[in-house]
Amino acid sequence: MADDALDATDRAIINGLQGGFPVCERPYAEAAARLGLDEATLLARLRRLLDAGVLTRFGPQYRPEALGGTTCLAAMAVPPEHFDAVAEIVNGFTAVAHNYARDHALNMWFVVATADAGAADAALADIQRATGLDVLAFPKEAEYCLDLKLPV
Amino acid sequence: MELTETDARLVAALRDGLPVTARPYAALGERLGLSEATVLARLTALREAGVVRRFGAIVRHRALGYTANAMCVFDVPDAGAADLGRRAARHPGVTLCYRRRRAAGWPYNLYCMIHGRDHGRVLELYEALADDLGVAEGARAILFSRRCFKQTAGCYGRAAAAGSGAQRPDGARGATVMAAR
Repeated sequence: MADDALDATDRAIINGLQGGFPVCERPYAEAAARLGLDEATLLARLRRLLDAGVLTRFGPQYRPEALGGTTCLAAMAVPPEHFDAVAEIVNGFTAVAHNYARDHALNMWFVVATADAGAADAALADIQRATGLDVLAFPKEAEYCLDLKLPV
Repeated sequence: MELTETDARLVAALRDGLPVTARPYAALGERLGLSEATVLARLTALREAGVVRRFGAIVRHRALGYTANAMCVFDVPDAGAADLGRRAARHPGVTLCYRRRRAAGWPYNLYCMIHGRDHGRVLELYEALADDLGVAEGARAILFSRRCFKQTAGCYGRAAAAGSGAQRPDGARGATVMAAR
């Protein structure tokens, strides 16, 4: 579903429901009322947006630390000619949750999600051994915003 | 907050999303052998404790034309980092903001993700943000993403142990190589 296939109601739903979903018996009815819609319309629209892949999910996003887990951002300077091979090695680690190529001498940026900081250190050490490249770790010290909100 | 066994099962069951039906918490309870009232009470508690950081529509931003994704990094004094971080978080286009440990050869400690529809617009937002934070050119950098190689929901801790483990049909939980950015 292309971006321009969204109508004003779809946009209002996406913009209005990126956070603060109610926890009550008829939450979609309550959310619909806030948007000036009825429950059946909201349910049908949400199903369509999910089926079309505009929404990856409808539900909670957890704070990893609260689930007894931790995440750590890390980066490597990968020689461009080896980039794909190194990406394959790194992505092969189950602890690696995200991996992005970025425009910088440090050109591979990934996140490891593990049970605790010790496991994160161990995973990064394993990745360093498996790739033969230095891994820089950037553990999070504070978080200043929680809502990933993208107006559409 | 220490998660109970019930909480862990709820968290795991919700990993793939809330049912899109009129009484989703009752449906969820039925799957887990819990009453609707218990599901409502535990979810309210998880939310109040900050275990749930956000509850609602999770947007696949590339599908909506947000193809420009930049990690903007700043070297700011540690003492003022919290104020500047909160200030940055309110900026248009900034979707996530963290303070992170510096590393050898990497002086930056404040990270802002900016998502936008085009490269030029993201650069403008970055320059405006840098001006507002008062960070000079030599003390900042912008790293656009070129490709996303893997994007999975993190899975760890007790919730993972209780995990649903289900593979989503769209592969969202598996290793995904995406075409661009």
